[in-house]
Amino acid sequence: MSYDESLFPEKLPHNPEKATLEGRNKFMGLWFFLGGETVLFASLFGTYLALKDSVHTGPTSEELFGLPLVFLMTVMLLTSSLTSVYAMYHMRNNDFKKMQLWLGITGLLGIGFLICEVYEFAHYITDYGFTFRSSSFGSAFYTLVGFHGGHVTFGIVWLITLMLRNAKRGLNLYNAPKFNTFSLYWHFIDVIWVFVFTVVYLMGKVG
Amino acid sequence: MTDNVESTEVDVYEKEHSKDEMKRQVISFALMIVFTLASFGLVASGKFSSMVVIPLILIMALVQVAFQFYYFMHMKDKDHEMPSTLIYGGVWCAALTFTALAVVTWW
Amino acid sequence: MSTATMTQKRSFGAALWDYLTTVDHKKIGHLYLAGGAFFFLLGGLEALIIRIQLMFPNSDFISAGLFNEMLTMHGTTMIFLAAMPILLGLMNAAMPLQIGARDVAFPFLNALGFWLFLFGGLLLNLSWFLGGAPDAGWTSYASLAMYSSGHGVDFYVAGLQIAGAGTLMGGINFIATIVTMRAPGMTYMRMPLFTWATFITSVLILFAFPALTINMFLLMFDRMFDAAFFNVDLGGNTIIWQHLFWIFGHPEVYILILPLFGLFSDIFATFSKKRLFGYTAMVFATMLIAFLGFMVWAHHMFTVGMGPVANSIFAVATMAIAVPTGIKIFNWLATMWGGSITINSAMLWSLGFIPSFTIGGMTGVMLGSSVADYQYHDTYFVVGHFHYVIVGGTVFGIFAALHYWWPKMFGRILREGLGKITFVLFFIGFHLTFFVQHFLGLMGMPRRINTFLPGQMLDTGNLISTIGAFFMTAAILVFVYNIIVSARDEQAPADPWDGRTLEWAISSPPPYYNFEQLPLVRGLDPLWVEKREGNGKMLPGEPLDDVHMPNGSILPFLMSFGFFVAGLGFIYQTDSKLWFLALYGGMAFALGCMVVRSLKDDHGYYIKKEELQKALDREAK
Repeated sequence: MSYDESLFPEKLPHNPEKATLEGRNKFMGLWFFLGGETVLFASLFGTYLALKDSVHTGPTSEELFGLPLVFLMTVMLLTSSLTSVYAMYHMRNNDFKKMQLWLGITGLLGIGFLICEVYEFAHYITDYGFTFRSSSFGSAFYTLVGFHGGHVTFGIVWLITLMLRNAKRGLNLYNAPKFNTFSLYWHFIDVIWVFVFTVVYLMGKVG
Repeated sequence: MTDNVESTEVDVYEKEHSKDEMKRQVISFALMIVFTLASFGLVASGKFSSMVVIPLILIMALVQVAFQFYYFMHMKDKDHEMPSTLIYGGVWCAALTFTALAVVTWW
Repeated sequence: MSTATMTQKRSFGAALWDYLTTVDHKKIGHLYLAGGAFFFLLGGLEALIIRIQLMFPNSDFISAGLFNEMLTMHGTTMIFLAAMPILLGLMNAAMPLQIGARDVAFPFLNALGFWLFLFGGLLLNLSWFLGGAPDAGWTSYASLAMYSSGHGVDFYVAGLQIAGAGTLMGGINFIATIVTMRAPGMTYMRMPLFTWATFITSVLILFAFPALTINMFLLMFDRMFDAAFFNVDLGGNTIIWQHLFWIFGHPEVYILILPLFGLFSDIFATFSKKRLFGYTAMVFATMLIAFLGFMVWAHHMFTVGMGPVANSIFAVATMAIAVPTGIKIFNWLATMWGGSITINSAMLWSLGFIPSFTIGGMTGVMLGSSVADYQYHDTYFVVGHFHYVIVGGTVFGIFAALHYWWPKMFGRILREGLGKITFVLFFIGFHLTFFVQHFLGLMGMPRRINTFLPGQMLDTGNLISTIGAFFMTAAILVFVYNIIVSARDEQAPADPWDGRTLEWAISSPPPYYNFEQLPLVRGLDPLWVEKREGNGKMLPGEPLDDVHMPNGSILPFLMSFGFFVAGLGFIYQTDSKLWFLALYGGMAFALGCMVVRSLKDDHGYYIKKEELQKALDREAK
């Protein structure tokens, strides 16, 4: 059997993302990458905790943070995690159109999250003069939250590339692993956000 | 490819299986929303001391993350031994790093 | 790019293009080895200059500032640009063969990892020509690095960031390869110790390097973008750097030694004609070392003032590592016990390793005692200690590995006589140089200081130490000569050492697809099992079929070049805004290459069954 035939079978197996060796490799590789990312973010969280009271002359976290916006952002990102679960559900049932639809919603929620974040940063900078350079707390805050935001941005670019590239040709054993790795990555971004809103915003509000 | 000879019975079973799976995922999502609400509520109410609130919201965050990993990312399924080993390894190293910077750096 | 089998002479250009675009793990192994060797010679030259400066008291061979640059670049180069790449090269060359795989899990990423390392290393060393190298020590503590003038430390940050990203990719790649691509029958507990060590080392890379990445970002933000992580005036804290650096840095020393622990296990078993003593214990000891290795980083920081509780915890954890290491030493001795031992160059390096490394381990336990450490800290005692483990362990191991695998990698056996001369010269030189440094340290000679005064009982010791360095230089020259003369020798046989593991079951060097049919593994030391119970040949574990191979690509090279340009942009944008062009341009170019990679489907190509059949027939003759 030629390779192309084996990648585009008449009927996809139930777990198309793990049917080929390349697919299994991608699946494993992404999980291992996430293991490393855990330490990466832990380093940032640790740095943030060590510096969160070093406010210099600027505002403290209690004065700065507002919960309603953070709650809205949390709901958007949590929901986008569920919608990408739906997308993977449809991928396993080989329903390409529904998968693309749910992935599209995931992407929109992610963009909404980013807009809120940009608004939040702009608000801090213009209304409070709280910047990346104004205090060690500022550096640590923007670096931690910004790294998460950067991961969201990268995820959205990844998603758009995937959706456009495969829009016309449907699911096959070559692209199913790619959709699956994206979805795992997206869930992980949500995992990080759970700690961001707990450790940065909620704990910052409690003092 | 052996997958092509899958019978329809297997298909029906698989469909049922993924439906159940989906149900569990929706329940975990609902619980995650509940935990999020509870965390925000605890802090917003401002009635409790930080010694009570901080451990509580951290525990709720951990539970949420467990839902993400085990249900949304399927870490509970078989075939995930190596991924979960390395995730737990990462979590352990992360905990050490986190503790070092949060506790041992006191200057 | 399926023309790799062509045996006729190719032009230099074609060979160069082949190496620039290769995704074959064996060729990437060659590249890592060549790149690592280049930086090893560079770092060795720096070491020699340091030793000449310290040969006599009050010497002014080089200035104090240049001395700081030399010692910084010697450490950084040797660890990040020499030892690690050579180890990654050995892993690339041997591990896929040992598990019976045709390539690694992500051949493209493998190539990308190499080119990132090379461009990162070149960027770091460009600093010599662009206003001065980094001079804040290989640890680059923030309290020092923040006040280092010029761009030296910026080059350190950008170069290591790029090289580190490449290493991280290599780590993930090896873990995935070992998890998914073992040959039929190759269970985890049948893997050779070198493969086990590769696996565990890769896990260490995966968990240690992110801390370095973040640390480099923090220093970069502070130095180049005026952030305030380490700026005490704005509430910063330089201890964060120390913690993050050693959370990475201590696992890093195990990354440097564990692969060679695995290698020595293979060598002792092969040349003693005995199964490795205590295989299971060896595997678990390796895991235990890796696990404990993450919990001892603060023993580098005893004198920082963490308090007696933290110091005690880290002291106890440090000493605990001696237990699994001791298990290994005794298992190696027991492997040789009663074996039929062949002593050749590879074995000599391994035998020399045991006492040398054990001395380093013992001074390690001494340093691990937090109360005594206040006396040793920042003296030549520490320098003596870590050179005993890194040279006595890692460098000895690399030489053993080169003698052992040279036939498999390049199809030539290194000459025995020259190999023995290399070992004797190096062994004498190594102990002359570093043994005496322990005593210099105990007599109070501080490390990283460019000179010392006469009449303080330091003169003789320093002179002896420098003489030793010349012996090691001579040994390296003999080794280089060995490589050159043996290149004209005849083709090495497939199994020159009467080997036990799978890499000796295929020709030297192996065909680009490694195995016509993946082998069936029937036990630990699979080739030995077939030699004892079968006809000495591996049984096929799959029917003969078309073999799928990945296509080569120039994108890894181009992508790394993009990051290299962006690195220069980051460094110089503080001088002139025009450099933002390089920063954004380089980044855009690298991202563009990524987009090309993801938009263009790459299904690889097939080697036809018939071609493989022909190769099998040729072997049968």
